Amino acid sequence: MITLGLDLGTQRVKTVILKDSAVVSRGQAFSGFDAAKAAEEAITEALSEANLNRQDIVYSVATGSSMENAPQTDSNISMMGADAKAGVFFFPKARTIIDIGAEEARAIKCDEKGVMMDFVINERCAAGAGAFIESMARALEVKLEDMGPLSLKAERASPINASCVIFGESDVVTLIHRQESKPEIARAVFDAMADRISSMVHRLGINPDVVLIGGVAKDVGFLASLKRKLGVEILIPEFPDYAGALGAALAAAARAKEAQK
Amino acid sequence: MKESSSVIDELEFWRWREYNRIIEGKHWTNKDIITAGVDVGSVGSKAAIMVNGEAYSWGVTRTGSNSPESASKALGLALLGTGLKVSDLKYTVGTGYGRVNVPMANKAITEIACHAKGANYIWGPSVRTVLDVGGQDIKAIRSDETGRVVSFLMNDKCAAGTGRGMEVFADLMKIPIEEIGAISLKVDEEPPPVSCTCVAFAKTEAIGLLRKGWSKEKVLAAYTRAMAVRMANLINRVGLEKELVITGGQSKNIGIVSRIEVVLGVKCLPMPNWREKGLDPMVAGAFGAALFGKALYEKAQKT
Repeated sequence: MITLGLDLGTQRVKTVILKDSAVVSRGQAFSGFDAAKAAEEAITEALSEANLNRQDIVYSVATGSSMENAPQTDSNISMMGADAKAGVFFFPKARTIIDIGAEEARAIKCDEKGVMMDFVINERCAAGAGAFIESMARALEVKLEDMGPLSLKAERASPINASCVIFGESDVVTLIHRQESKPEIARAVFDAMADRISSMVHRLGINPDVVLIGGVAKDVGFLASLKRKLGVEILIPEFPDYAGALGAALAAAARAKEAQK
Repeated sequence: MKESSSVIDELEFWRWREYNRIIEGKHWTNKDIITAGVDVGSVGSKAAIMVNGEAYSWGVTRTGSNSPESASKALGLALLGTGLKVSDLKYTVGTGYGRVNVPMANKAITEIACHAKGANYIWGPSVRTVLDVGGQDIKAIRSDETGRVVSFLMNDKCAAGTGRGMEVFADLMKIPIEEIGAISLKVDEEPPPVSCTCVAFAKTEAIGLLRKGWSKEKVLAAYTRAMAVRMANLINRVGLEKELVITGGQSKNIGIVSRIEVVLGVKCLPMPNWREKGLDPMVAGAFGAALFGKALYEKAQKT
């Protein structure tokens, strides 16, 4: 049985096609100002990679902050619900899932079946999400993907007011003028963000195993800072940015089975 | 034409007026108690000189990356043209975000106490609630008839609603910051406020709205409204008691002030005509600091 999951995020739309609980292909596109159009692009990419047609999809589920703009999907699932499903699919012992996207971060407590029990969310503040790293990378004049490796070279973190993107930008400029080292500034950025995420997760309680998903999970600098703050092992799946889409595809498979009964 | 457009791109829309003022008809002699207050904020540095506890002169400048230099620059502006020297000052109090870095200060006092005191001086003993909108934080302060702080709340570590946040918007819209408030009022009806309060996200949202065809006025109205609601919430949490006044740089933003009045359903005490003869509410903290300076000097003389 072939199902499709679609995750309409603030920055990118991601899609995953599943066949009998195995991932067959992925697709993605920038959300831009037209999420529906981006969704079409992502789906087309995934279908062509899997050599499939629209009609082969038995059931499709949308998730993500713009899920109401999703074209031609059968139903929706909350982002927290999708995260929980994906986390336990990757790591059966996962009980705490942390998802950090471009503009939002959340932590989900789940059971062994991948059912969401509780969650906390950090919304509408860029300092706790990927947008923060992007802004600071721009201020530092460093490529986004170089921020993590750069920060790992630092022994300590520079002092910055990193609780707000706007203030953080001014601080970074001041530190550059003072000729502080870029690795130490980069590490300060990740430490500050990890601080925010850590206090968010502590509100929920930390139950191992802890899984980190979302685009920010690919950043080695952030991962190092978060490990230091939380003091626990953190598991990361192979394609952490597709976790939401995968969770939606898993939900699609379950709902299709339900319908067949 | 290409050249002129690039000049416009380089204009600093966030930049506000740096100036100094001496109150006409006031004089000093060596027998007077001359005190100074220096308020080094995160964005602006203000210094005020008082003669026997009466405002005499002040200066306003932008805070640079070096706090002691900014303090000296503000004080230099306040002293400019007065004939006074730093050595003539009997007592100097530092306040604000950079108060521990005011080299000429005899003592540092928090800006919360200084703003309450300064607001009491500017508007008189009927003031009970002071909203200080600074460059980096917003404070709602309750005070008694003497200008003493009763309680306060502050929203810090977030640029939304602060002067710095407004500067970011001035740059984005390419509208001088001193005109932004009036321009935000040029709408036929109030649009829905922007949904998010984070300045970084509000910027993205504003760009989206402009692309959708919203006018700059309408986008500014939506943003200003959202910020006013944020400030009004802080005031409500500390408990609004009349009279209400607004200090700090954003007290000059008519778009913010008028919307706070609408949201709260009360009028603020009228803004002094600071461009001509009135006292500048942005300097309230420095006035308060200079008043504390006088009290501290007199106490020291008695012992």
